[in-house]
Amino acid sequence: MASRIQIPATKYPVERFTLANGLRVVLSPDRSAPVVGVAVVYDVGIRSEPEGRTGFAHLFEHLMFQGSANLEKLAHFRHVQGAGGSFNGSTHLDYTDYFEVLPSGALERALFLEADRMRGPRLTEENLRNQVDVVKEEIRVNVLNRPYGGFPWLRLPPVMFRTFPNAHDGYGSFADLESATVEDAQGFFDRYYACGNAVLSVAGDFDVAEATALIERHFGDVPARPAPVLPDFAEPDLDGERRESYTDRIAPLPAVAAGYRVPDPIAAFDAYLPFAVLAEVLTDGDAARLVERLVQRDRSVTNIGGYLGFMGDEYQVRNPTALLLQAHMPPGGDAGKVLRTVDEELDRLVADGLKPGELERTQARMGARLLQGTDEVLGRALPMAVLELQRGRPQLLNELPKLISEVTAEQIVAAAATLRPERRAAVEVIPGAAA
Amino acid sequence: MTSVTKALPDLIPDAELTLPPQAERKLPTGLTVIAIRRAAVPLVEVRLRIPFGRAPLAPATLLSQALFTGTGTMSMLDIAAELQAVGGGLAAGLDPDRLQISGNALAGGLGRTLEILAAVLTDAAYPGEEVVTERERLVDHIQVALSQPSHLARVALLKRMYGSHPYAVQTPEPDEVRAVEPEALRRLHADRVRPDGATLVLVGDIDPEQAIDLAEKMLGGWTGAAGDGVVPPTPALRPGPLLLVDRPGSVQSSLRIALPALTRTDPDYAALTLANMVFGGYFSSRWVENIREDKGYTYGSHSVIEHFVAGSALLAAADVATEVTGPSLLETTYELGRIASLPPGEEELEQARRYALGTLRLGMSTQAGLAGLASVYAGFGLRLDYLREHSAALAAATAEQVAAAAARYLAPSRGVTVVLGDAEKVEPQLAALTAVERSAQ
Repeated sequence: MASRIQIPATKYPVERFTLANGLRVVLSPDRSAPVVGVAVVYDVGIRSEPEGRTGFAHLFEHLMFQGSANLEKLAHFRHVQGAGGSFNGSTHLDYTDYFEVLPSGALERALFLEADRMRGPRLTEENLRNQVDVVKEEIRVNVLNRPYGGFPWLRLPPVMFRTFPNAHDGYGSFADLESATVEDAQGFFDRYYACGNAVLSVAGDFDVAEATALIERHFGDVPARPAPVLPDFAEPDLDGERRESYTDRIAPLPAVAAGYRVPDPIAAFDAYLPFAVLAEVLTDGDAARLVERLVQRDRSVTNIGGYLGFMGDEYQVRNPTALLLQAHMPPGGDAGKVLRTVDEELDRLVADGLKPGELERTQARMGARLLQGTDEVLGRALPMAVLELQRGRPQLLNELPKLISEVTAEQIVAAAATLRPERRAAVEVIPGAAA
Repeated sequence: MTSVTKALPDLIPDAELTLPPQAERKLPTGLTVIAIRRAAVPLVEVRLRIPFGRAPLAPATLLSQALFTGTGTMSMLDIAAELQAVGGGLAAGLDPDRLQISGNALAGGLGRTLEILAAVLTDAAYPGEEVVTERERLVDHIQVALSQPSHLARVALLKRMYGSHPYAVQTPEPDEVRAVEPEALRRLHADRVRPDGATLVLVGDIDPEQAIDLAEKMLGGWTGAAGDGVVPPTPALRPGPLLLVDRPGSVQSSLRIALPALTRTDPDYAALTLANMVFGGYFSSRWVENIREDKGYTYGSHSVIEHFVAGSALLAAADVATEVTGPSLLETTYELGRIASLPPGEEELEQARRYALGTLRLGMSTQAGLAGLASVYAGFGLRLDYLREHSAALAAATAEQVAAAAARYLAPSRGVTVVLGDAEKVEPQLAALTAVERSAQ
């Protein structure tokens, strides 16, 4: 085994301030390429949508692109792309993000566009009906018309959780989507899209003093509105194994996913982080424990993945969340057997500990992936915005490589010891299109 | 809503496009090494392209899946663990022109990564047990692909576009894969996994000359001439009836249209690029604004010029609700006809031009982006300075040139169309608009 390689950390500068209206701002300048990333993140996600309004947080994300105080429908897209940039938004369990990446000469334009919709999107009946149709097509293309659609992120939560915020379908039912009204949308905006409930973050090629002045100019007069009180979504851990299955009429082969609750990602970050490393020890690449055993040796699965958070956003999620394992199986595969083998391998890890070099190489690979992620301006602007929103610690992005490299073998073993079958929720895909 | 009235801020014009420091050397073995410095993060990206045209499909596909399963001295586990120890990872993939190995590592691990890569290139063993495992996995992956509408639509479109040309089939049949023995992989590797004509691209926190020295040292022992892989030019598209592929129970139809296109070095290519943008090449295109933002028929539609070594094509794709399949085709044909017969407006052309120029800059702003661009270009005999030439051509293309390119290449009469969906429900809608032929299953 080669001598241990040093895992480098990034040193991106981080400037933080809060405007008089309550908008929090994070700046991370880097002049190495002439591009900027701009992100605005609102502290509202799938878990906050009201009962009877499944899918509403995501539907509302679409409405934020449909015109705003000074902009007609389609103008937002045209102004970003006409400046040479790209844009998107996404809805998560605990937040909704909006972002652009542009040549640096377009920074002010991006700030103008984000400020304009923070003042107020154009919530019209016509736009709402149009985007309900678009979202239904999104659900068809991503869930209903393809095999394994929504597996496991839409399928496992209702097995694992018992409360509406944690268990419901974040894409939403067609009935709920179709019955959404402009009044619902206005109420959602008023409640959650307050500047006091948002973070603006800019990363890339800009001067801090100039950017600060531009931010003041465009966001300073957004009327102050405080953040709503953040609800507590906690619910008790499982007190016995839960197993469910469903038939996917298009899927040709069986699959299984399992989830185990993990410590609070924010309040207990020190206890949470070893689970992030454990997931990689178990599944990252051909040398990982579960890959070697289940894919190569037993051939009982064709691939297996492990990660934290239902949407893979391990450092951008609040409690409660989970360590997930998901595997696809060959024809006739036996989910029960796969889960029993997982138990066996976890027992072995707990009893025998890690092999020499196993933890170090996993940490090295995690470090490399973090570096690759932060090389993109949005790979800094987006996570820094969420880390500010949820923790007030955007600089945590720079600290992660070091914190990961400090996780010990004892912590990994202790984490593995908590992944017991009686604390597990699992969902199995029965192939409805088996050849 | 408040009534604050604000004006859209102006753009600050882009600085001149600057290319990063780079070096290139062709080794005596025939391998070209291109090294580019972008030091923003202490990482290095690795891309190796080996010409693989006309390689037998099933063995070539399995080879790409089994390349890292072992060498004379290392097991699959050793290879994976040793790469991981330097923060590295490598994976192989196949397209109709080439075998590509890509990955990255911590910059300090470049030497070790290249050493392991060399071991795999010169001494891949294709151990029986591991190959059987990979073969079964590949068969399972193909089975899953065959249940995906996007894959099935592409399979049908390629066949319709290319007929008997080698590009017509790009995924092997499960039975063909099942019949491949490890010995066939060893033979194919000996014949085709060769440095002659291959290109290695390294991008990251490296000194370009030193990185090439390192590559020469580590890969100097990879030698030998490759078998002939020249692919004949692609045939011209043959317009004809719409091909309807039945997928009973589909809740959407996958609409795919192929149109002729130009290679990157054609003098009219920049004009065609802009014509494609205005039609459907980005979100602010006419096609998206029509069938998504106005009518809500689809989550997304997109058209792109796809380049293969033996020819280029323009491909347009949208997945639309079953009940509006006919109307979606109508609007698509309308937009193609409109771009082909009327020049674009000045503002929409400028917007498309700025988008095309901007995305080139965004694409080269990361190590992975630069590595991808340099490697793709190298596969067509181009270098990064093509970015500068193409930017100049995009900046110079006139509305007349764009209109001429659109008339020539985007006219709906020149395209071939495939629709995958619930034929029972969509055939009457489509037949009202055009001649329809059902696919023979």
